[in-house]
Amino acid sequence: MKWRRWLLLPLILALAAGLGYTVLSLPDQVQGLQGAVADQLEKSGVTNPVTAVLLNFRGYDTLLEMVVLLLALLGVWSLGAQPAVRTESDPGPVLDILTRLLLPVLVLVAAYLLWAGAHAPGGAFQAGAVLGAAGVLWILTCGRLQHGLARLPLRIALVAGVATFMVIAALALQTGRQLLEYPPAQAGSLILLIEAIATVSIGVTLATLFLGAEPTDKE
Amino acid sequence: MEAMTLLTWAFDLLLGLGLLWLAWRALACPDLFKAIVLFVAFGLFMALAWVRLAAPDVALAEAAIGAGLTGALLMAALARLGED
Repeated sequence: MKWRRWLLLPLILALAAGLGYTVLSLPDQVQGLQGAVADQLEKSGVTNPVTAVLLNFRGYDTLLEMVVLLLALLGVWSLGAQPAVRTESDPGPVLDILTRLLLPVLVLVAAYLLWAGAHAPGGAFQAGAVLGAAGVLWILTCGRLQHGLARLPLRIALVAGVATFMVIAALALQTGRQLLEYPPAQAGSLILLIEAIATVSIGVTLATLFLGAEPTDKE
Repeated sequence: MEAMTLLTWAFDLLLGLGLLWLAWRALACPDLFKAIVLFVAFGLFMALAWVRLAAPDVALAEAAIGAGLTGALLMAALARLGED
């Protein structure tokens, strides 16, 4: 076993040297696509260049990212049903009260991040992650889905983001535009609509991932 | 102004070294629970590094997903591992 480590050492050193050389040989000033984005920013419907790229200019990437998240959840579910929540024990007063206090604040923070995404750092994935964290806290305090909510309503919430995105993409095609090319006048509202529904979907997906198995009605 | 630049440099150096150290500790730690905690700490340091690199969007995503939810998911997986 020891000799393998010594064999690895020159390989890692070579990798480090290669990476270092590449970084040091990068040109000082890279123009990139900043100019192009800044030129078209007015048409994108938002003033935050990152959101403009993610939801408008390269909306395709974001759509596929959400599909990947959904596929990850399907992968977890395909591993088979396992007892979803392991402990039936009392969460204790501290966690219980903390969750009661934190849940509304987390939802509010998620809504703010979503709204702020149009003009400042923020957006659907960050807001969805905060919403997912709220879901995880809720699951930890033995939160249960109401009877009947675990099947169809949960599934609708999971796919709503991707579905909305795709419907809007298809509508753009129908009206003679490119896939995901929003009409500039409505671009802002369309992006907000996609992001709002995507936030809920991402939050629900992440919280369901934490459950680790397909929730059943019995819980 | 001089003192500020020096302070930023010191902070960046500390941040970079801290990141490397946390990454190494998280990988080398035999106790999985400790490794997860170190990974979450690494995520928070990474978010700070993104802020220093003037990428607040990435920093937000890193803090929320990298440090927050991945940690929770890893903990859930660890609890599963203990069952068997």
